[in-house]
Parts: sequence; structure tokens; C-alpha cells
Amino acid sequence: MLEITVAILLTVITAATPLLLAAIGELVVERSGVLNLGVEGMMVMGAVAGFGAANLTGSGTLGILCAMLAGVVMALLFGFLVLTLVANQVATGLALTLLGLGLSGLLGESFVGQPGVRLPKLEIPGLSDLPVVGQLLFAQDILVYISFALTAAVAWFLFKSRAGLVLRAVGDNHGSAHALGYPVIAVRYAAVAFGGACAGLAGAYLSLAYTPQWVENMTAGRGWIALALVVFASWLPFRVMIGAYLFGAVTVLTFHVQALRGNLPPWLPEWVGGLTQTPSQFLSMLPYIATIVVLVLISMNRRTTLLNTPACLGRPFVPDR
Amino acid sequence: MRIELIRRAEQSRRMALLSPVIAVGLTVVFSAAVFLISGVDPLAGLYQLFIAPLTDAWSLSELVVKAVPLVLIGVGLAVCYLSNNWNIGAEGQFTIGAITGSMIPLLLPDFQTPFTLPLMLVAGILGGAAYGLIPGLLKTRFGANEILTSLMLVYVATLFLDWLVRGPWRDPMGYGFPQTERFNSAARMIMLGDGRMSVSALVTLVVVALMAVMLAKTLKGFEIKVLGASPRAGAFAGFSAKKMTLFAFAISGGLAGLAGIMEVSGVIGKLQPSISPGYGFAAIIVAFLGRLNPVGILIAGLVLALTYLGGEGIQVALGVSKRMSTVLQGVLLFFVLACDTLILYRVRFISSSRKAGAHA
Repeated sequence: MLEITVAILLTVITAATPLLLAAIGELVVERSGVLNLGVEGMMVMGAVAGFGAANLTGSGTLGILCAMLAGVVMALLFGFLVLTLVANQVATGLALTLLGLGLSGLLGESFVGQPGVRLPKLEIPGLSDLPVVGQLLFAQDILVYISFALTAAVAWFLFKSRAGLVLRAVGDNHGSAHALGYPVIAVRYAAVAFGGACAGLAGAYLSLAYTPQWVENMTAGRGWIALALVVFASWLPFRVMIGAYLFGAVTVLTFHVQALRGNLPPWLPEWVGGLTQTPSQFLSMLPYIATIVVLVLISMNRRTTLLNTPACLGRPFVPDR
Repeated sequence: MRIELIRRAEQSRRMALLSPVIAVGLTVVFSAAVFLISGVDPLAGLYQLFIAPLTDAWSLSELVVKAVPLVLIGVGLAVCYLSNNWNIGAEGQFTIGAITGSMIPLLLPDFQTPFTLPLMLVAGILGGAAYGLIPGLLKTRFGANEILTSLMLVYVATLFLDWLVRGPWRDPMGYGFPQTERFNSAARMIMLGDGRMSVSALVTLVVVALMAVMLAKTLKGFEIKVLGASPRAGAFAGFSAKKMTLFAFAISGGLAGLAGIMEVSGVIGKLQPSISPGYGFAAIIVAFLGRLNPVGILIAGLVLALTYLGGEGIQVALGVSKRMSTVLQGVLLFFVLACDTLILYRVRFISSSRKAGAHA
């Protein structure tokens, strides 16, 4: 039974990592007062760029770098429109997603059906031999470690560093930040680019680790779930991590329930057997329905939500001259 | 070089009309560049993409067939976006409308009367509106972000349709294909001409006219615009933002549902796992390209329909992937949003050496 638990937890990590990577990036973007709804588009571009670069060169590292680059380029395109040209952020984010989904489909046409490069598992000497936690925490691929490190780094940056304070000030009151002489637009550009790099990493995780192949629209709404996670976490990094793992658990639950169909271990209660007969489509709906339920529950508690919401989220800034 | 924006004293009417035209022009230039890079003669490419579909009767009727759902969904979305409600789940409302409308021919196959089709359309509208009201209600009751909830419901609706056509509604005589029985003739749209064009085109024109009148001439239209521009001003005028949210979601969901049932009863004739090449998302582009104005959306819908047809054209004639048309649609939306800046602002390009103003 312990083995099964470890196996399930391992799949939870693989399902949670792309969500965590994308959401932690978007958290920084939103803390700077910009709402980038194009996470899905940047993520899918990261997936296709990462897959392509890794296949051409045989190097997973180059794949990761190209995926980040693709995410950043997409993010800067978004940034140019909403920061320099003050276009509507919601509409531009949607445009970024539509463009990313279309462009990745076009670029990835020749990749369909090709075997991909799988990121190697990096075993940390000594620690990876520990019982249970060794395989869970210390024998993962590089992107899983990066996702842990990023969460801690972002938490430190936002709440312990001066630059993080400036970024939050820009997100909470861009007028005052501007009056104090902080470069509002430049800070936002940097945050948007960081968000793009993170979304690119999340995409790379999908096409290099989760399922090392290219499938059109392979992000399957994960970018949108990442956006919901940021709200769920009320813009706090460690809560994003908790949320990502909860959602990862919901996602893999569906696979495991399907796998149990017909060969139910005797120690599981009878009603689980009934549950496994649920049509696969309904199981696949679970992450999306869970997102809605979570959003509703969080939004009902208005006080905690408002406390951490960046006050200038989504509001355009044009400096007075 | 820097770009500086200077706010105009009032919105430029000239730019409001010109900006979509400039955006389309830029998209044409962009596609020419893409053809050039991929080693295709740009003139031949542009011809196949934008002109060839307009040269024969068959493709002209196909143009209308593809424009119908885009325009219907687009005008509904315009009501949402004008009133500051961000419904991006039209694809799901389209799907649910198709399902609820199809219940009549599939569950009551013997009910074949002149009322069958109108009842199906009503059922489609109601289904789409009800599904649209879910994110609307979640927003008004709980304050849940409608962008995310409406999008999540797209996945739910698509999976639900997939289950129906593979499970309970699968045609037992369909050789195992995931599809329902073909609808009986009383449940099919009345066709116009030899192609796939049906009365849905006329329905769409009526809807566009009604929406244009509502937005321009009625108190409701005024309410929509006031609440969208300034919720505070709307509140002082006694308008309820919550009621408006529900109204906008019901209208846009209903129209998407209508588009869905007309698509399956007209063009497809049965339910199958995929009933839309992303009309619900492309209609977002249509709504913005049409500047959230029903007549503009009618034109924009035809432009987007052209990219679908032209995409198939370049694949057949030039061997360029038809996926290029999805890319062009995304690029077009970018250009539209960028050009909209010109309506509110003058753009100045400032060179780093000396200050030279260039009016755009």
C-alpha cells in the first residue's frame, strides 16, 4: 500500500509542477498590477518551442531555454500592447492565447507523432536513497526542483527585498509609485517578461517531462487553471504551491480511478468500485469543475480576497506629462 | 526611439472607423511577409487567401455559412463586452445550445411537424442562455471571476457532448462512429440554393438589425453602455449592474446557443464530438474587429469567415498549412487592439537625438 501511495504522490507532483510554474510567474505579473490572461498561449508556445529545440539538438537544457525564450517573446508582445500602447488587458491577454494556440499548432505540425526528449531524473546523492521521501523529493527532473526554488525565491523577493516592495507598490498604486520616481512601466515590463519565462518553463515541463511528445493544444486549459490558482492563493506564493498540488491531485485522481476499473484492490470499499464506472469524460471534467468551485468559495470570502488583491490590477497607466 | 501617448481631448471618430481597416491592412501585409519567408509567392498566397474565395458562387455561400455563427455569437458578446462582462465561454454555450436543441429530433423522432424546427431553435436559445447564466450568476451572487468560470465551462460542455455522442446518444446503426442519428427532414434548417446556406443567414440578419436598434435607440442600449463605461454613473442613474450582468450573459449565451443549434440542424445534420472549428473563440475577434457594433460585427464576421475559407484555399492550392489562418486571426486581433489606441491617443515617436513629433 505504501508503494501505491508513493506512486500516486509521484504523479501528483508531475501534474502539479506545470501549474505551479505558470502560476508563480503570473503571481508576480499580477502583483505588479498587470493581468495577463495569455498564460495558456505563452505556455503552449513554450511547449512547442521546448519540444522542437530539444528534438533538433537532443539537449533537454536547450529545450528548456528555448521554451523560456518563447514565453518571454510572447510576453513582451503582450507588454508592448498593454504597457506601451495601453490596450485593454483582458482583450490582449485573450489575443495572446488565441495567437499562441494557433501559432504553436502551425509550428508543431511536423512534430506530431515524433518521439520526444525526456528530461533526466536528477538523483541527489545520499538523499535520494532515503525511504519514501527519497524518491518523491530528491529524484525528480530539474524543472521540479526549479518550481520549488522559484516559489521560495518569489516569496523572498516579494516580501523581503526592496525591489519586491517596489514591485508591490507599483501594483498597488501606480500613481504614487510614479510620483516617487519609480519606473512603473519598466517594472511592469520586467514582471511580464518573468511571467512569460515561467509560463514557458511550464510548457517545457509538459512537452519534455509530463508527456515527452507534441500534441496540439496540449496545455488543455492548464494556463487558465494557473490563473485561477493565483486568485485561489490570494496572491501569496506558498498558497499557490498548495493550490497547485491540490489541483494536481484532482487531475491525477481521474487517471487512478480509471486504472482501478475492473481490478479493484480488496482493501478499498465497495463504493469506490461504483465510482470507477463513471464515464471518463465526467472524470476529465473534474479539474475544470474544481476550478469553478474553488473560485466561488474563495470569492465568497471577500475580505481575505480584497486584502491581498493588487489594487491597480488590470488598470492601465499613462504617465501625466 | 520612444513612443509617447498623448490623450486626445475626445475620441477620434475618424480613427474609430479607420482602425479596423488599418488592422486588416496590417494583417494582409503580415501574411504577405509570412508567405515570402516560407518561400511562397506572396501575390499568389494573398490571392488564394483573400480573393479566390470570393470568385465563385459555391464559396460565396460557404462564406455566409461560416459567417453566420461568428456574427451571431459576436453580437451577443458585444453586449457583454460593452457592459464590462467578460464572457469568453461562448464556445461552451454554442455546444450546449446544440445539445438542448437536438434533444427534440433525437428523443422525439416521431415529432415531425412544421413546429419542430422553431421549437428546436427555442430550445437551443434557452439551453445556451441557461449555460451562459451560470458564470453570470456566479459573478453576481459570489463575485467569482466570470472570465475563468465561463472558460472552464467550455471544457465541461465539450466533454459532455463527447460523452453523449459516444454513449447514450450514439447511433446504433452508425458503424461505431461517435455520432448521433441524422436528424429527420423536419428538424433540418430550410436550405437556400444548392449549397449549405440556409435560412440561418436570414435569422442572423434579423438578429443583427434588432441588436443594432436595441443598442442605438432603446433605453436598454443606453443602460448597457453607461454601466460599461462607468458603473458608478450607472448606479446613480438607477441601473443595476447585477441585472445587467445576467442580461448580458443570457443574451450572449442565448445567441451562441442559437448559433449552435442552427449549425447542427443546418450544416452538420447530426451531433458529433466536434461541431465547431472554434467559432466561439473566433467570435471574440469578430466582436472587437467590428468595434462592438452590430453592423460592424456583420462585416467583421464575413472577414473572419474569409480567413477560414482562404486557409483551406492556400492548403489545397499552395500546400501551405491551413493552420496559418488561425495564426492570422490571432495576429488580426493584436492589430485591432493596437490600432484602437489611436482612437483615444495620439502616438508620438520620439527619436533619442531630437524631439520630433509625428502624428499618426
